[in-house]
Amino acid sequence: MALKIVKGSIDRMFDKNLQDLVRGIRNHKEDEAKYISTCIDEIKQELKQDNIAVKANAVCKLTYLQMLGYDVSWAAFNIVEVMSSSKFTYKRIGYLAASQCFHEGTDVIMLTTNQIRKDLSSPNQYDTGVALTGLSCFVTPDLARDLANDIMTLMSHTKPYIRKKAVLIMYKVFLKYPESLRPAFPRLKEKLEDPDPGVQSAAVNVICELARRNPKNYLSLAPLFFKLMTSSTNNWVLIKIIKLFGALTPLEPRLGKKLIEPLTNLIHSTSAMSLLYECVNTVIAVLISLSSGMPNHSASIQLCVQKLRILIEDSDQNLKYLGLLAMSKILKTHPKSVQSHKDLILQCLDDKDESIRLRALDLLYGMVSKKNLMEIVKKLMLHVDKAEGTTYRDELQHTCNTKLCNCSTLILLRYISILVELTRLEGTRHGHLIASQMLDVAIRVKAIRAFAVAQMAMLLDNAHLLTGNMQRNGICEVLYAAAWICGEFSEHLEDPNQTLEAMLRPKVATLPGHIQAVYVQNAAKLFATVLRKHEGATDSQAAQETSQLLVERLPLFVQSANLEVQERASCILQLVKYIQKLQQKDVEVAEEVSALFAGELNPVAPKAQKKVPVPEGLDLDAWINEPPSESESEDEKPKAVFAKEETKHSRPRHTEVDEKELARRREARKQEQANNPFYIKSSPSSQKVYQDAPGVEHIPVVQIDLSVPLKVPGMPMSDQYLKLEEERRQKEKAEKKKKEKKKKREKHGKGKKHDSGPESEEDITPAHHVDIVTEEMPENALPSDDDDKDPNDPHKVYDIQGNLQDGSQVVVSVIFENKSDSFLKSMEFNVLDSLNSKLQRPEGAGPHDGLVVPFQLPPGVSNEARFIFSVQSIVMPQKLKGTLTFIVKSEDSSTHEKLDFKLHFTCTSYLITTPCYSDAYAKLLESGDLKSSSLRLEGVNMPFHHLLARICFHHHFSVVERIDSCASMYSRSIQGHHVCLLVKTADQTVSIDAKCDEPSLLGNVLDEIKQTFSQC
Amino acid sequence: MIKFLLMVNKQGQTRLSKYYEHVDIGKRAVLEADVVKGCLFRKKEECSFVEYKDYKLVYRQYAALFIVVGITDNENELSIYELVHNFVEVLDKYFSRVIMFNLDKVHIILDEMILNGHVVETNKNRILAPLLALDKMAES
Repeated sequence: MALKIVKGSIDRMFDKNLQDLVRGIRNHKEDEAKYISTCIDEIKQELKQDNIAVKANAVCKLTYLQMLGYDVSWAAFNIVEVMSSSKFTYKRIGYLAASQCFHEGTDVIMLTTNQIRKDLSSPNQYDTGVALTGLSCFVTPDLARDLANDIMTLMSHTKPYIRKKAVLIMYKVFLKYPESLRPAFPRLKEKLEDPDPGVQSAAVNVICELARRNPKNYLSLAPLFFKLMTSSTNNWVLIKIIKLFGALTPLEPRLGKKLIEPLTNLIHSTSAMSLLYECVNTVIAVLISLSSGMPNHSASIQLCVQKLRILIEDSDQNLKYLGLLAMSKILKTHPKSVQSHKDLILQCLDDKDESIRLRALDLLYGMVSKKNLMEIVKKLMLHVDKAEGTTYRDELQHTCNTKLCNCSTLILLRYISILVELTRLEGTRHGHLIASQMLDVAIRVKAIRAFAVAQMAMLLDNAHLLTGNMQRNGICEVLYAAAWICGEFSEHLEDPNQTLEAMLRPKVATLPGHIQAVYVQNAAKLFATVLRKHEGATDSQAAQETSQLLVERLPLFVQSANLEVQERASCILQLVKYIQKLQQKDVEVAEEVSALFAGELNPVAPKAQKKVPVPEGLDLDAWINEPPSESESEDEKPKAVFAKEETKHSRPRHTEVDEKELARRREARKQEQANNPFYIKSSPSSQKVYQDAPGVEHIPVVQIDLSVPLKVPGMPMSDQYLKLEEERRQKEKAEKKKKEKKKKREKHGKGKKHDSGPESEEDITPAHHVDIVTEEMPENALPSDDDDKDPNDPHKVYDIQGNLQDGSQVVVSVIFENKSDSFLKSMEFNVLDSLNSKLQRPEGAGPHDGLVVPFQLPPGVSNEARFIFSVQSIVMPQKLKGTLTFIVKSEDSSTHEKLDFKLHFTCTSYLITTPCYSDAYAKLLESGDLKSSSLRLEGVNMPFHHLLARICFHHHFSVVERIDSCASMYSRSIQGHHVCLLVKTADQTVSIDAKCDEPSLLGNVLDEIKQTFSQC
Repeated sequence: MIKFLLMVNKQGQTRLSKYYEHVDIGKRAVLEADVVKGCLFRKKEECSFVEYKDYKLVYRQYAALFIVVGITDNENELSIYELVHNFVEVLDKYFSRVIMFNLDKVHIILDEMILNGHVVETNKNRILAPLLALDKMAES
């Protein structure tokens, strides 16, 4: 035994310690990976020894390697061993390693509970300290539950060193094991007045975090915090308290009033910039939350603005940045106070730091008024020319475009020329925006039309100068506006002939289709103007020449690949040919041609439709057809009383017809859905889409002729499918309920015969489809009591389709279908965000707030709402849990109901069908950047082209090349990952060799493909 | 609260990382690379605050070493900026030699200062007390 120990310690002399490892890695820059792998082998040997010192040294090195990004989870058990060493020097190494490597999923954590409890109660304060520190990193719900009491006891430990740590750890414990909050809270509150400032600060920290999550519960502590704020001298604590007040004031305006004075005192007295900044920020927040119209607070605003000015003038860039940041908050409520510092903000546009320039621009955005517009615009125009940095530049143009409009005519004139000037800049992304602004201004402001038309004519004339790289950066959108303005307001043109000629140049045919279409249409308008002009001057020769020009040039557009261009061009060409004939007979045609375009196109306000008066006798709320059933459910009760007599007469007669009609419509809808490639019927499994659903053979995808592979990209829209479906309640139960309802109704004397029975449930075969997870309706959400008066029967189907947008935003369209007999309203859609996928909520909404669904659902009606999610990593499929809350309104009651669902974001749904040519494809495969993986599917019994069609359809691939029973396929993720497949088939066995630059994405996509085929 | 603290050298290699909320080891590399990109290439005359995804980065450069702290939106940037300096002063006070070889001790210091993503101690003597006690233990 003794010999073994001696031998062990001799061995140890040759072991590397951490220092040697760090040095070694530095000295092996060339073959670092190889060196590290030998080190890991050594470490594995060391871990096998009994000597705890050797093990601790090994674990210490592992901690370093873990930090470098090596997975050391295999050593978790050894880490626990070192943690349980009785020597503090080793114990702390173990705890350090655990705090760096362990997380909730580490299973050996279960083994540590007793060890940690022992350490927590150790007489040595550092043992306790190190255990607490470690716990803060890897506490799991189980640990939190088991140790909550021990930690709570430590909150009253004699040593402040332990107390402060215990208090802070409690926050993590609360998060993991919320039940502990109630018993621990009194003690936590007590710690706010702990004699040790460190403990006090820890308690403030914890309460601030808790209050941020749920401010309401902590309002009662406000007086205590108020006392602390006026007495504490610790800036760290003050900052936290002030932050806390910032969170509380929106709930309690009286608190805000009280705060202003001490805060302004602090602003005056403190020398710490961080505290000053915090105070200013909170004062701003308080003033925003207080009702406006409090003149006596203008002094506080002035003070804040002044202090911020000092920050912005400071040579320290950090202060400048924060100053501008805070200034923009004031701008929202007190623009005037900020405007007086315009000079300073304009100066910041010249700053060397792009982030400061962006902040300044942000501010200018909100500061523009009639008076200072010209000055700001001038300054900005100067900047556009010399601006560096693309973000900044785009932002700058955006500012010019959107904000600096809508003042007086003079300004608009200037605005038009600014827009024109902007188009000359290369590399802008805002072509579309500029175009819509131009249209907007020209249509709305008559006075400037002449000027605008002249400018636009110039632009059209010079279009060829810009066409070079225009198409790529989207500036050509501007030509869309230009052509339209010139055509519509052609009476203002000085030389319509020339503009007409410019619009019919062959180069135009290279523009995008929608712009060409506008060109063609407006060429016709111009033609009318030209004719009128010439006939007015009785210059028939010139008029005929113009017609000839059109007849010559239009055929180019007739051949366009764009249908709309083609249609308009051929229509107009025929017209012109006819006019030409008339002209040759010397018939005056100008009047008639102009009549084609007579009348002014007026801008329509978004609200216009609402303002149209309802014609007398038209009741918009009345049903055109009877609703599927129980139409009275959406009537208010008193209304139903008044309408009773009438319903008695009319309704029964209609019922039968309506049921037939409904059945017919349902059938028609099913047919339509079956034929619509963008609507996929939902079914518990995707296989059913093919086999069970009626009429599904008509889905075009099955018939796609893959010999024309590039046609496949037509599909991407149709397939991002996510679906949720509420499990149907058992039919018997439903029937039973129906009967009961009927009884009830008769009892209430509504006098409505209702023979429909449960038909509505049977008829609407819930549309059931791909990828989407089914979640059972929680029991309590159903009216479980049979005597319950509530007749609602919330059978709904939600179809969710996800369409992918740019970047990492995913638009999910959800179809809400009310399958119940009751009226559903106040629907709120909420999803529990994951770290990776977040529902985008409007500004100002909390991270757990639901989104209001912007419509109500009468029985049997379906509607679609769209929700945007931002997704960070797309390599893993995601399931998000969500809840839909809604109010079920029935004849005599309205109840809150809730429906849980799951949103399944498959990896496939992040793929976008992207065509790829075979040479590019070959290059991609040769590049060697792609990792490969493969998949074998046995017993696939379908024609090869069906197989490919299925992969294309369900997984958004396009076929690159197909040779016999072998095909290469390609797709691309929204984040630009390439996914390549080589699909081969022989004897019912399909092998897929796949390559992708992101192995985990590939793995998941293959899994999903496998899933698709396993359901065949 | 503080989400993570990184010590990165000028070449962008991570020298020390501490996460106060678990981040998958696979994702750490990506995050660290992003953070390095966001901070290291900024010029001296640019401000030390960078907006990055959901949080803000506060960084400071000391010779060839960058210290980057990721914080949530509700944290005071300036106070974290001061905290970084405080941390460096403590390191300076304790270490006479290269700190790179004593990263485990840097961790001890850091754990004394920041716990659970919150500042827990800023007094230099109190921060160093456990470390000095440990040294004494090792000597005996």
